[in-house]
Amino acid sequence: MTALAHIRLLIVGAALLVFVAAAPALAQKFGPDGAPNPTASVVDQTTLLKQAPRIEGRIDIPDLKAAVLEQPVGRTWDYFHEVLLHWGGAVVIVGTILLLGLAYVIIGRIRIAAGRSGQKVLRFKAIERFSHWLTAISFVVLGLTGLNVTFGKIVLLPLVGPDTFSEISQAAKYVHNFTSFAFVAGLILIAVMFFKDNFLERVDLDWIKQGGGFIKSRHAPAGRFNPGEKLVYWLSIGAGITVSVSGFLLLFPFYGTDIAAMQIAQVVHAVVAVLFIALILAHIYIGTLGMEGAFEAMATGEVDLNWAKEHHDVWLARQLKPDQPGTPAGTPAE
Amino acid sequence: MARMKFLCDADRCIDCNACVTACKNENEVPWGINRRRVVTINDGKPGERSVSMACMHCTDPPCAAVCPVSCIYPTEDGVVLHNKDLCIGCGYCFYACPFGAPQYPQVGNFGSRGKMDKCTYCAGGGGPEAPGSAEEFAKYGSNRFGEGKLPLCAEMCSTKSLLAGDGDVIAQIYKERVLKRGYGSGAWGWVTAYREDIKI
Repeated sequence: MTALAHIRLLIVGAALLVFVAAAPALAQKFGPDGAPNPTASVVDQTTLLKQAPRIEGRIDIPDLKAAVLEQPVGRTWDYFHEVLLHWGGAVVIVGTILLLGLAYVIIGRIRIAAGRSGQKVLRFKAIERFSHWLTAISFVVLGLTGLNVTFGKIVLLPLVGPDTFSEISQAAKYVHNFTSFAFVAGLILIAVMFFKDNFLERVDLDWIKQGGGFIKSRHAPAGRFNPGEKLVYWLSIGAGITVSVSGFLLLFPFYGTDIAAMQIAQVVHAVVAVLFIALILAHIYIGTLGMEGAFEAMATGEVDLNWAKEHHDVWLARQLKPDQPGTPAGTPAE
Repeated sequence: MARMKFLCDADRCIDCNACVTACKNENEVPWGINRRRVVTINDGKPGERSVSMACMHCTDPPCAAVCPVSCIYPTEDGVVLHNKDLCIGCGYCFYACPFGAPQYPQVGNFGSRGKMDKCTYCAGGGGPEAPGSAEEFAKYGSNRFGEGKLPLCAEMCSTKSLLAGDGDVIAQIYKERVLKRGYGSGAWGWVTAYREDIKI
Protein backbone atom coordinates (compact mmCIF):
# COMPACT_ATOMS: atom_id res chain seq x y z
CA MET A 1 0.00 0.00 0.00
CA THR A 2 1.20 3.46 -0.75
CA ALA A 3 1.54 6.09 1.92
CA LEU A 4 -1.46 7.90 0.46
CA ALA A 5 -3.63 4.80 0.78
CA HIS A 6 -2.51 4.44 4.39
CA ILE A 7 -3.53 8.01 5.13
CA ARG A 8 -6.86 7.49 3.39
CA LEU A 9 -7.51 4.38 5.46
CA LEU A 10 -6.68 6.28 8.64
CA ILE A 11 -9.06 9.09 7.74
CA VAL A 12 -11.88 6.66 6.94
CA GLY A 13 -11.22 4.82 10.20
CA ALA A 14 -11.25 8.04 12.19
CA ALA A 15 -14.45 9.18 10.47
CA LEU A 16 -16.13 5.86 11.32
CA LEU A 17 -15.06 6.17 14.95
CA VAL A 18 -16.49 9.68 15.15
CA PHE A 19 -19.71 8.44 13.54
CA VAL A 20 -20.09 5.56 16.02
CA ALA A 21 -19.37 7.87 18.95
CA ALA A 22 -21.85 10.45 17.69
CA ALA A 23 -24.67 7.96 17.09
CA PRO A 24 -26.28 8.15 20.57
CA ALA A 25 -26.08 11.94 20.51
CA LEU A 26 -27.69 11.95 17.07
CA ALA A 27 -30.49 9.66 18.23
CA GLN A 28 -31.56 12.16 20.88
CA LYS A 29 -31.84 14.82 18.24
CA PHE A 30 -34.78 13.06 16.59
CA GLY A 31 -38.29 12.85 17.97
CA PRO A 32 -40.16 9.54 18.52
CA ASP A 33 -41.53 9.77 14.99
CA GLY A 34 -38.04 10.09 13.54
CA ALA A 35 -38.43 13.73 12.59
CA PRO A 36 -35.69 16.13 13.62
CA ASN A 37 -36.38 17.71 16.96
CA PRO A 38 -35.27 21.31 16.49
CA THR A 39 -35.09 22.19 20.17
CA ALA A 40 -33.23 19.03 21.19
CA SER A 41 -30.58 19.37 18.52
CA VAL A 42 -30.16 23.10 18.93
CA VAL A 43 -26.59 24.34 19.13
CA ASP A 44 -25.57 26.23 22.20
CA GLN A 45 -22.37 28.17 22.59
CA THR A 46 -21.15 26.44 25.75
CA THR A 47 -21.08 23.07 23.95
CA LEU A 48 -19.62 24.60 20.79
CA LEU A 49 -16.84 26.33 22.72
CA LYS A 50 -16.01 23.07 24.48
CA GLN A 51 -15.58 21.42 21.09
CA ALA A 52 -13.40 24.14 19.55
CA PRO A 53 -11.87 27.41 20.68
CA ARG A 54 -13.79 29.24 17.97
CA ILE A 55 -17.40 29.13 16.80
CA GLU A 56 -17.61 29.33 13.04
CA GLY A 57 -20.53 29.32 10.67
CA ARG A 58 -21.64 30.41 7.23
CA ILE A 59 -22.00 34.05 6.22
CA ASP A 60 -23.56 35.87 3.29
CA ILE A 61 -20.69 38.29 2.75
CA PRO A 62 -17.42 37.61 0.92
CA ASP A 63 -15.29 38.49 3.96
CA LEU A 64 -14.37 34.96 5.06
CA LYS A 65 -12.85 35.94 8.39
CA ALA A 66 -16.27 37.27 9.40
CA ALA A 67 -17.50 33.65 9.49
CA VAL A 68 -15.87 33.30 12.91
CA LEU A 69 -18.78 34.19 15.17
CA GLU A 70 -16.96 34.03 18.46
CA GLN A 71 -13.36 33.56 19.58
CA PRO A 72 -12.90 33.99 23.34
CA VAL A 73 -9.20 33.35 22.65
CA GLY A 74 -9.09 37.04 21.78
CA ARG A 75 -9.08 37.74 25.48
CA THR A 76 -6.19 35.30 25.89
CA TRP A 77 -4.29 37.14 23.19
CA ASP A 78 -5.09 40.39 24.99
CA TYR A 79 -3.58 38.88 28.16
CA PHE A 80 -0.46 37.86 26.25
CA HIS A 81 -0.07 41.28 24.69
CA GLU A 82 -0.85 43.42 27.70
CA VAL A 83 0.60 41.37 30.54
CA LEU A 84 3.03 38.66 29.41
CA LEU A 85 4.63 40.66 26.60
CA HIS A 86 4.87 43.89 28.56
CA TRP A 87 6.46 42.27 31.60
CA GLY A 88 8.45 39.64 29.72
CA GLY A 89 9.74 42.15 27.18
CA ALA A 90 10.68 44.69 29.83
CA VAL A 91 12.44 42.08 31.97
CA VAL A 92 14.39 40.62 29.04
CA ILE A 93 15.47 43.94 27.51
CA VAL A 94 16.17 45.88 30.71
CA GLY A 95 17.73 42.74 32.20
CA THR A 96 20.08 42.38 29.23
CA ILE A 97 21.14 46.02 29.51
CA LEU A 98 21.78 45.58 33.25
CA LEU A 99 23.77 42.38 32.67
CA LEU A 100 25.88 44.10 30.04
CA GLY A 101 26.45 46.99 32.42
CA LEU A 102 27.52 44.49 35.05
CA ALA A 103 29.85 42.81 32.55
CA TYR A 104 31.39 46.19 31.82
CA VAL A 105 31.93 46.85 35.51
CA ILE A 106 33.39 43.40 36.23
CA ILE A 107 35.32 42.53 33.07
CA GLY A 108 35.68 46.02 31.68
CA ARG A 109 36.84 46.80 28.17
CA ILE A 110 38.92 43.95 26.80
CA ARG A 111 42.11 45.70 25.65
CA ILE A 112 44.59 44.62 23.02
CA ALA A 113 47.08 43.07 25.46
CA ALA A 114 50.15 43.72 23.32
CA GLY A 115 49.00 47.19 22.31
CA ARG A 116 48.42 48.31 18.77
CA SER A 117 51.00 47.20 16.22
CA GLY A 118 50.07 49.89 13.74
CA GLN A 119 49.73 47.25 11.04
CA LYS A 120 46.32 46.54 9.59
CA VAL A 121 44.74 43.35 8.29
CA LEU A 122 41.60 43.40 6.14
CA ARG A 123 38.85 41.53 7.98
CA PHE A 124 35.65 42.49 6.17
CA LYS A 125 35.30 43.42 2.50
CA ALA A 126 33.20 46.43 1.53
CA ILE A 127 30.27 44.27 0.41
CA GLU A 128 30.37 42.44 3.73
CA ARG A 129 30.33 45.69 5.66
CA PHE A 130 27.52 47.01 3.47
CA SER A 131 25.44 43.90 4.19
CA HIS A 132 26.14 44.16 7.89
CA TRP A 133 25.16 47.81 8.11
CA LEU A 134 22.12 47.37 5.88
CA THR A 135 20.88 44.71 8.29
CA ALA A 136 22.05 46.59 11.37
CA ILE A 137 20.43 49.93 10.52
CA SER A 138 17.18 48.33 9.43
CA PHE A 139 17.26 46.21 12.60
CA VAL A 140 17.56 49.27 14.81
CA VAL A 141 14.77 51.04 12.90
CA LEU A 142 12.54 47.95 13.07
CA GLY A 143 13.39 47.42 16.72
CA LEU A 144 12.53 50.96 17.79
CA THR A 145 9.33 51.19 15.72
CA GLY A 146 8.35 47.71 16.89
CA LEU A 147 8.96 48.52 20.55
CA ASN A 148 6.79 51.61 20.07
CA VAL A 149 3.81 49.41 19.20
CA THR A 150 4.21 47.48 22.45
CA PHE A 151 5.69 49.99 24.89
CA GLY A 152 4.96 53.34 23.24
CA LYS A 153 1.71 53.93 25.04
CA ILE A 154 3.46 53.38 28.37
CA VAL A 155 6.69 55.23 27.71
CA LEU A 156 6.10 57.80 24.97
CA LEU A 157 2.37 58.59 25.11
CA PRO A 158 2.48 60.32 28.53
CA LEU A 159 5.41 62.43 27.32
CA VAL A 160 4.10 63.73 23.98
CA GLY A 161 0.33 63.47 24.33
CA PRO A 162 -2.18 61.45 22.30
CA ASP A 163 -2.17 63.46 19.05
CA THR A 164 1.59 63.62 18.57
CA PHE A 165 1.99 60.04 19.74
CA SER A 166 -0.60 58.88 17.22
CA GLU A 167 1.20 60.68 14.40
CA ILE A 168 4.53 59.18 15.45
CA SER A 169 2.99 55.71 15.68
CA GLN A 170 1.30 56.03 12.31
CA ALA A 171 4.64 56.96 10.71
CA ALA A 172 6.36 54.22 12.71
CA LYS A 173 3.91 51.64 11.37
CA TYR A 174 4.73 52.50 7.76
CA VAL A 175 8.46 52.72 8.46
CA HIS A 176 8.30 49.31 10.15
CA ASN A 177 6.40 47.80 7.21
CA PHE A 178 8.75 49.11 4.53
CA THR A 179 12.07 48.71 6.36
CA SER A 180 11.28 45.01 6.64
CA PHE A 181 12.31 44.55 3.00
CA ALA A 182 15.73 46.12 3.59
CA PHE A 183 16.20 43.90 6.63
CA VAL A 184 15.35 40.75 4.72
CA ALA A 185 17.73 41.74 1.91
CA GLY A 186 20.53 42.32 4.42
CA LEU A 187 19.73 39.10 6.24
CA ILE A 188 19.98 37.06 3.04
CA LEU A 189 23.30 38.71 2.12
CA ILE A 190 24.74 38.05 5.58
CA ALA A 191 23.44 34.50 5.68
CA VAL A 192 25.06 33.66 2.35
CA MET A 193 28.35 35.57 2.79
CA PHE A 194 29.28 34.33 6.24
CA PHE A 195 27.76 30.86 5.83
CA LYS A 196 30.92 28.85 5.22
CA ASP A 197 32.91 30.49 8.04
CA ASN A 198 30.31 29.71 10.68
CA PHE A 199 30.51 25.93 10.87
CA LEU A 200 31.98 24.54 14.05
CA GLU A 201 35.65 23.61 13.77
CA ARG A 202 38.07 21.69 15.98
CA VAL A 203 39.66 24.94 17.14
CA ASP A 204 36.32 26.05 18.58
CA LEU A 205 36.57 23.37 21.27
CA ASP A 206 39.91 24.84 22.38
CA TRP A 207 38.33 28.29 22.41
CA ILE A 208 35.62 27.10 24.75
CA LYS A 209 38.16 25.19 26.93
CA GLN A 210 40.25 28.33 27.25
CA GLY A 211 37.28 30.28 28.52
CA GLY A 212 36.46 32.11 25.31
CA GLY A 213 38.90 34.94 25.86
CA PHE A 214 37.22 36.06 29.06
CA ILE A 215 40.10 34.70 31.18
CA LYS A 216 42.88 37.18 30.60
CA SER A 217 45.76 34.78 31.30
CA ARG A 218 44.57 32.26 28.74
CA HIS A 219 44.70 32.63 24.99
CA ALA A 220 41.58 31.37 23.22
CA PRO A 221 42.38 30.38 19.65
CA ALA A 222 39.84 30.99 16.90
CA GLY A 223 39.37 30.94 13.16
CA ARG A 224 37.64 33.72 11.30
CA PHE A 225 34.77 33.58 13.76
CA ASN A 226 34.91 32.24 17.29
CA PRO A 227 32.10 30.09 18.75
CA GLY A 228 30.54 33.15 20.36
CA GLU A 229 30.31 34.88 17.01
CA LYS A 230 29.06 31.68 15.41
CA LEU A 231 26.34 31.49 18.03
CA VAL A 232 25.33 35.05 17.23
CA TYR A 233 25.33 34.19 13.51
CA TRP A 234 23.12 31.10 13.82
CA LEU A 235 20.77 32.66 16.37
CA SER A 236 20.46 35.77 14.21
CA ILE A 237 19.72 33.73 11.10
CA GLY A 238 17.15 31.68 13.01
CA ALA A 239 15.54 34.67 14.66
CA GLY A 240 15.79 36.70 11.43
CA ILE A 241 13.97 34.06 9.40
CA THR A 242 11.34 33.68 12.13
CA VAL A 243 10.60 37.41 12.46
CA SER A 244 10.65 37.81 8.66
CA VAL A 245 8.18 34.99 8.00
CA SER A 246 5.87 35.95 10.88
CA GLY A 247 6.27 39.62 9.95
CA PHE A 248 5.21 39.07 6.34
CA LEU A 249 2.20 37.11 7.56
CA LEU A 250 1.28 40.16 9.63
CA LEU A 251 2.07 42.52 6.76
CA PHE A 252 -0.34 40.64 4.51
CA PRO A 253 -3.15 40.03 6.99
CA PHE A 254 -5.50 37.14 6.26
CA TYR A 255 -3.77 36.28 2.98
CA GLY A 256 -4.27 32.55 3.40
CA THR A 257 -4.23 32.84 7.17
CA ASP A 258 -7.11 32.82 9.62
CA ILE A 259 -7.52 34.61 12.92
CA ALA A 260 -5.71 31.83 14.83
CA ALA A 261 -2.72 32.01 12.49
CA MET A 262 -2.62 35.80 12.74
CA GLN A 263 -2.61 35.65 16.55
CA ILE A 264 0.11 33.00 16.55
CA ALA A 265 2.14 35.00 14.02
CA GLN A 266 1.93 38.06 16.26
CA VAL A 267 2.95 36.11 19.36
CA VAL A 268 5.90 34.49 17.56
CA HIS A 269 6.91 37.84 16.02
CA ALA A 270 6.83 39.63 19.38
CA VAL A 271 8.55 36.95 21.46
CA VAL A 272 11.33 36.26 18.96
CA ALA A 273 11.82 39.98 18.33
CA VAL A 274 12.30 40.68 22.05
CA LEU A 275 14.87 37.87 22.34
CA PHE A 276 16.49 39.05 19.10
CA ILE A 277 16.85 42.56 20.54
CA ALA A 278 18.50 41.11 23.67
CA LEU A 279 20.92 39.11 21.50
CA ILE A 280 21.80 42.11 19.36
CA LEU A 281 22.27 44.33 22.42
CA ALA A 282 24.94 41.88 23.57
CA HIS A 283 26.40 41.83 20.05
CA ILE A 284 26.53 45.64 19.96
CA TYR A 285 28.16 45.72 23.39
CA ILE A 286 30.98 43.33 22.54
CA GLY A 287 31.54 45.01 19.19
CA THR A 288 31.87 48.51 20.62
CA LEU A 289 32.32 49.14 24.34
CA GLY A 290 33.26 45.61 25.36
CA MET A 291 36.37 45.14 23.25
CA GLU A 292 39.09 47.42 22.02
CA GLY A 293 39.81 47.11 18.31
CA ALA A 294 36.63 45.21 17.44
CA PHE A 295 34.48 48.03 16.03
CA GLU A 296 36.96 49.03 13.34
CA ALA A 297 36.51 45.61 11.73
CA MET A 298 33.02 46.66 10.64
CA ALA A 299 33.80 50.37 10.38
CA THR A 300 36.85 50.46 8.11
CA GLY A 301 37.04 46.74 7.50
CA GLU A 302 40.61 46.58 8.83
CA VAL A 303 41.75 45.37 12.22
CA ASP A 304 45.04 45.74 14.03
CA LEU A 305 47.48 42.87 13.56
CA ASN A 306 47.86 42.37 17.32
CA TRP A 307 44.09 42.32 17.77
CA ALA A 308 43.85 39.61 15.13
CA LYS A 309 46.66 37.64 16.82
CA GLU A 310 44.88 37.76 20.14
CA HIS A 311 41.38 36.97 18.96
CA HIS A 312 41.58 35.20 15.60
CA ASP A 313 45.06 33.69 15.37
CA VAL A 314 44.10 30.70 13.23
CA TRP A 315 42.35 32.96 10.73
CA LEU A 316 45.29 35.38 10.77
CA ALA A 317 47.75 32.57 10.06
CA ARG A 318 45.70 31.53 7.05
CA GLN A 319 45.52 35.15 5.92
CA LEU A 320 49.23 35.73 6.11
CA LYS A 321 50.37 32.46 4.54
CA PRO A 322 50.45 33.58 0.92
CA ASP A 323 52.28 36.78 1.80
CA GLN A 324 55.34 37.65 3.85
CA PRO A 325 54.63 37.33 7.54
CA GLY A 326 53.72 40.61 9.10
CA THR A 327 52.53 42.36 5.97
CA PRO A 328 48.86 43.17 5.48
CA ALA A 329 46.98 40.50 3.58
CA GLY A 330 45.62 41.40 0.20
CA THR A 331 42.46 39.38 0.51
CA PRO A 332 40.10 38.90 3.41
CA ALA A 333 39.15 35.61 4.99
CA GLU A 334 39.99 32.38 3.16
CA MET B 1 -26.52 54.40 34.95
CA ALA B 2 -27.73 52.00 32.32
CA ARG B 3 -25.27 49.48 30.95
CA MET B 4 -25.97 49.11 27.24
CA LYS B 5 -25.73 45.63 25.74
CA PHE B 6 -26.75 43.59 22.73
CA LEU B 7 -28.49 40.26 22.93
CA CYS B 8 -29.28 38.03 19.96
CA ASP B 9 -31.98 35.47 20.61
CA ALA B 10 -30.83 32.89 18.06
CA ASP B 11 -34.09 30.96 18.36
CA ARG B 12 -35.84 33.92 16.78
CA CYS B 13 -33.26 34.99 14.20
CA ILE B 14 -34.38 34.10 10.67
CA ASP B 15 -31.17 35.16 8.91
CA CYS B 16 -32.97 37.92 7.01
CA ASN B 17 -29.97 40.26 7.29
CA ALA B 18 -32.21 43.28 7.79
CA CYS B 19 -30.05 44.32 10.76
CA VAL B 20 -27.00 44.28 8.47
CA THR B 21 -28.79 46.37 5.87
CA ALA B 22 -30.24 48.76 8.44
CA CYS B 23 -26.79 49.32 9.91
CA LYS B 24 -25.20 49.94 6.53
CA ASN B 25 -27.91 52.35 5.54
CA GLU B 26 -28.24 54.23 8.81
CA ASN B 27 -24.52 54.74 9.23
CA GLU B 28 -23.65 54.97 5.53
CA VAL B 29 -20.96 52.39 6.05
CA PRO B 30 -18.57 52.17 3.10
CA TRP B 31 -18.37 49.24 0.71
CA GLY B 32 -16.50 46.26 2.15
CA ILE B 33 -17.09 47.24 5.78
CA ASN B 34 -19.60 45.24 7.79
CA ARG B 35 -20.27 46.50 11.26
CA ARG B 36 -22.88 43.80 11.71
CA ARG B 37 -23.20 40.37 10.15
CA VAL B 38 -25.32 37.27 10.53
CA VAL B 39 -23.50 33.96 11.01
CA THR B 40 -25.37 30.71 10.52
CA ILE B 41 -24.19 27.77 12.58
CA ASN B 42 -24.90 24.19 11.51
CA ASP B 43 -26.20 25.53 8.22
CA GLY B 44 -28.69 23.09 6.69
CA LYS B 45 -28.56 20.69 9.62
CA PRO B 46 -31.09 20.05 12.37
CA GLY B 47 -30.72 22.65 15.07
CA GLU B 48 -29.36 25.28 12.71
CA ARG B 49 -29.20 28.70 14.32
CA SER B 50 -28.35 32.13 13.01
CA VAL B 51 -26.76 34.78 15.19
CA SER B 52 -26.53 38.46 14.39
CA MET B 53 -23.19 39.73 15.61
CA ALA B 54 -21.48 43.07 15.85
CA CYS B 55 -19.37 44.75 18.50
CA MET B 56 -20.79 43.50 21.80
CA HIS B 57 -19.49 46.54 23.70
CA CYS B 58 -17.63 44.30 26.12
CA THR B 59 -16.98 44.81 29.77
CA ASP B 60 -13.24 45.42 30.11
CA PRO B 61 -12.95 45.55 26.29
CA PRO B 62 -9.89 43.64 25.01
CA CYS B 63 -9.68 45.87 21.91
CA ALA B 64 -9.19 48.91 24.13
CA ALA B 65 -6.54 47.11 26.16
CA VAL B 66 -4.41 46.08 23.18
CA CYS B 67 -4.75 49.32 21.19
CA PRO B 68 -1.18 50.66 20.91
CA VAL B 69 -2.40 54.26 20.77
CA SER B 70 -5.17 53.83 23.37
CA CYS B 71 -7.86 55.23 21.06
CA ILE B 72 -10.66 52.88 22.18
CA TYR B 73 -12.57 53.40 25.40
CA PRO B 74 -15.91 52.52 27.02
CA THR B 75 -18.32 55.37 27.74
CA GLU B 76 -20.21 55.61 31.00
CA ASP B 77 -23.08 53.72 29.32
CA GLY B 78 -20.74 50.84 28.52
CA VAL B 79 -20.66 51.69 24.81
CA VAL B 80 -17.19 51.09 23.36
CA LEU B 81 -16.22 54.01 21.13
CA HIS B 82 -13.00 54.93 19.40
CA ASN B 83 -11.26 58.01 18.08
CA LYS B 84 -10.45 57.67 14.38
CA ASP B 85 -8.10 60.66 14.53
CA LEU B 86 -5.77 58.62 16.71
CA CYS B 87 -6.23 55.15 15.15
CA ILE B 88 -3.18 53.98 13.17
CA GLY B 89 -4.84 50.96 11.56
CA CYS B 90 -2.54 48.34 13.08
CA GLY B 91 -5.24 45.68 13.23
CA TYR B 92 -4.53 44.57 16.79
CA CYS B 93 -8.11 45.18 17.95
CA PHE B 94 -9.27 42.58 15.42
CA TYR B 95 -6.93 39.96 16.90
CA ALA B 96 -8.17 40.72 20.41
CA CYS B 97 -11.87 41.08 19.58
CA PRO B 98 -13.78 37.90 20.48
CA PHE B 99 -16.51 38.82 17.97
CA GLY B 100 -14.64 39.95 14.85
CA ALA B 101 -16.11 43.43 15.13
CA PRO B 102 -13.33 45.80 14.00
CA GLN B 103 -13.27 46.48 10.26
CA TYR B 104 -10.63 48.22 8.18
CA PRO B 105 -10.84 49.90 4.81
CA GLN B 106 -7.88 48.85 2.69
CA VAL B 107 -5.65 51.82 1.93
CA GLY B 108 -2.50 51.62 -0.14
CA ASN B 109 -0.26 48.67 -0.72
CA PHE B 110 -0.21 45.16 0.71
CA GLY B 111 -2.63 44.71 3.58
CA SER B 112 -2.27 48.32 4.73
CA ARG B 113 -5.27 48.99 6.88
CA GLY B 114 -7.01 52.31 7.17
CA LYS B 115 -8.63 53.63 10.28
CA MET B 116 -10.68 51.06 12.14
CA ASP B 117 -14.44 51.15 11.82
CA LYS B 118 -16.86 49.26 14.00
CA CYS B 119 -20.32 49.34 15.50
CA THR B 120 -20.74 52.46 17.61
CA TYR B 121 -24.08 51.34 19.09
CA CYS B 122 -25.41 54.12 16.84
CA ALA B 123 -23.85 56.47 19.38
CA GLY B 124 -21.65 58.54 17.10
CA GLY B 125 -17.92 58.69 17.53
CA GLY B 126 -15.30 58.84 20.21
CA GLY B 127 -13.45 61.72 18.62
CA PRO B 128 -13.52 65.47 19.24
CA GLU B 129 -16.44 66.05 16.82
CA ALA B 130 -19.60 67.56 18.30
CA PRO B 131 -22.27 64.93 18.98
CA GLY B 132 -24.79 64.83 16.15
CA SER B 133 -22.66 66.97 13.82
CA ALA B 134 -22.14 66.32 10.12
CA GLU B 135 -18.42 65.74 10.78
CA GLU B 136 -19.24 63.08 13.30
CA PHE B 137 -21.71 61.43 10.91
CA ALA B 138 -19.17 61.34 8.09
CA LYS B 139 -16.58 59.59 10.26
CA TYR B 140 -18.62 57.36 12.51
CA GLY B 141 -22.19 57.30 11.29
CA SER B 142 -25.42 57.99 13.07
CA ASN B 143 -25.76 59.28 16.61
CA ARG B 144 -29.22 57.93 17.45
CA PHE B 145 -28.11 57.34 20.99
CA GLY B 146 -27.71 61.08 21.53
CA GLU B 147 -31.34 61.46 20.46
CA GLY B 148 -32.41 58.91 23.03
CA LYS B 149 -32.82 56.09 20.51
CA LEU B 150 -31.40 52.60 20.47
CA PRO B 151 -29.32 51.09 17.63
CA LEU B 152 -31.36 50.76 14.46
CA CYS B 153 -30.41 47.12 13.84
CA ALA B 154 -32.19 46.04 17.01
CA GLU B 155 -34.98 48.59 16.72
CA MET B 156 -36.10 47.28 13.34
CA CYS B 157 -35.48 43.57 13.85
CA SER B 158 -38.67 41.99 12.48
CA THR B 159 -38.72 39.04 14.89
CA LYS B 160 -37.33 41.03 17.81
CA SER B 161 -34.50 38.56 17.92
CA LEU B 162 -31.88 41.23 18.28
CA LEU B 163 -32.32 43.19 21.48
CA ALA B 164 -30.50 46.34 22.49
CA GLY B 165 -30.78 48.39 25.61
CA ASP B 166 -29.98 48.23 29.27
CA GLY B 167 -28.40 44.86 30.04
CA ASP B 168 -30.69 44.05 32.94
CA VAL B 169 -33.83 44.84 30.95
CA ILE B 170 -32.95 42.80 27.87
CA ALA B 171 -31.72 39.93 30.04
CA GLN B 172 -35.12 39.92 31.76
CA ILE B 173 -36.96 39.92 28.41
CA TYR B 174 -34.85 37.01 27.19
CA LYS B 175 -35.35 35.09 30.40
CA GLU B 176 -39.14 35.43 30.19
CA ARG B 177 -39.11 34.29 26.57
CA VAL B 178 -37.06 31.19 27.35
CA LEU B 179 -39.29 30.29 30.29
CA LYS B 180 -42.44 30.72 28.25
CA ARG B 181 -41.41 28.80 25.15
CA GLY B 182 -39.38 26.24 27.08
CA TYR B 183 -36.04 26.47 25.26
CA GLY B 184 -33.24 28.84 24.36
CA SER B 185 -29.78 28.48 22.86
CA GLY B 186 -28.34 31.02 25.27
CA ALA B 187 -27.27 34.63 25.21
CA TRP B 188 -24.60 34.39 22.52
CA GLY B 189 -21.32 35.94 23.53
CA TRP B 190 -22.45 37.17 26.92
CA VAL B 191 -20.01 35.10 28.96
CA THR B 192 -17.11 36.30 26.85
CA ALA B 193 -18.28 39.87 26.48
CA TYR B 194 -19.83 40.67 29.84
CA ARG B 195 -18.40 37.83 31.95
CA GLU B 196 -21.89 36.89 33.03
CA ASP B 197 -24.59 34.61 31.71
CA ILE B 198 -28.36 34.84 31.93
CA LYS B 199 -29.43 32.23 34.43
CA ILE B 200 -32.78 30.79 33.46
